[in-house]
Amino acid sequence: MAINPEFIGRTYPPTQAYSVGREKIREFAAALGESARCFFDVDAARELGYPDLVAPPTFAILVSMQASKQVIFDPELALDYTRVVHGEQKFVHSRPIFAGDDLTSVVSVDSIRSAAGNDMITVKTELRSTGGDLVSTAYSLLVSRGVEESP
Amino acid sequence: MTLISAKSVSVGLELPPQEFHFTRADLVRYAGASGDFNVIHWNERLAKEVGLPSVIAHGMLTMGTVIRVVTDWLGDPGKVLECSARFTRPIPIPDTDEGASVLVSAKVTEVLDNGQAVISITAIHNELTVLAKTTVTVQLGP
Repeated sequence: MAINPEFIGRTYPPTQAYSVGREKIREFAAALGESARCFFDVDAARELGYPDLVAPPTFAILVSMQASKQVIFDPELALDYTRVVHGEQKFVHSRPIFAGDDLTSVVSVDSIRSAAGNDMITVKTELRSTGGDLVSTAYSLLVSRGVEESP
Repeated sequence: MTLISAKSVSVGLELPPQEFHFTRADLVRYAGASGDFNVIHWNERLAKEVGLPSVIAHGMLTMGTVIRVVTDWLGDPGKVLECSARFTRPIPIPDTDEGASVLVSAKVTEVLDNGQAVISITAIHNELTVLAKTTVTVQLGP
């Protein structure tokens, strides 16, 4: 069942803020096998001119995927979550995410298209700091695999 | 760490390649750190039920890891302005101590007047590319 393209532009209410903690940054960086000191050592991050630990470039996925659930489980879109796979990911950073950030997400449906029986929906998540400044924008292409019909 | 200067970067420059290994333990660790507990990343029985050869690496674990080829070279991971990847092939992770390996190379494809550079990444597992359109835009140093 194709998703109705009228949902393009649909925007969801801002999420509760995600508080970025030092230990979460360290845990996430370690899970990626990172060794750069600015992910682990506050003094090393400050030497680079940052206020606190720097989050790895893909850290925003923790915040954006949680926020994207508003789209994935939106009953009006009626996505079959069991058939959804992650097709593409893009991040545009205005600045790095730092420990101590409180990030609020606004999620919207950026595009919808169908190809080869699959529905493809791009979910855009804008992460903003407490002051309202844009920190990162995450674009996730979710592919809802079509059900193969028997001949 | 010192940020790479724009003066030393030109189109065609190849970054030092790296080989990364992913084991089942790495998948479990990433699941916990990221909160992505999709069963296809840790339960072989359920992964096979949906037609996969084995448990597969999280796309975001692969993307987050291969970007290290750029950030380790760049010297300051906070200078990544954009990054993107298309997940084209799953990486099955066998139940062995070695796990699966991914060979990652990267090349500068564009250098802009404002000191930004675009780097294209190639990630190979089992002689096949596992990510497509994988690019990282960075701010180089003066």
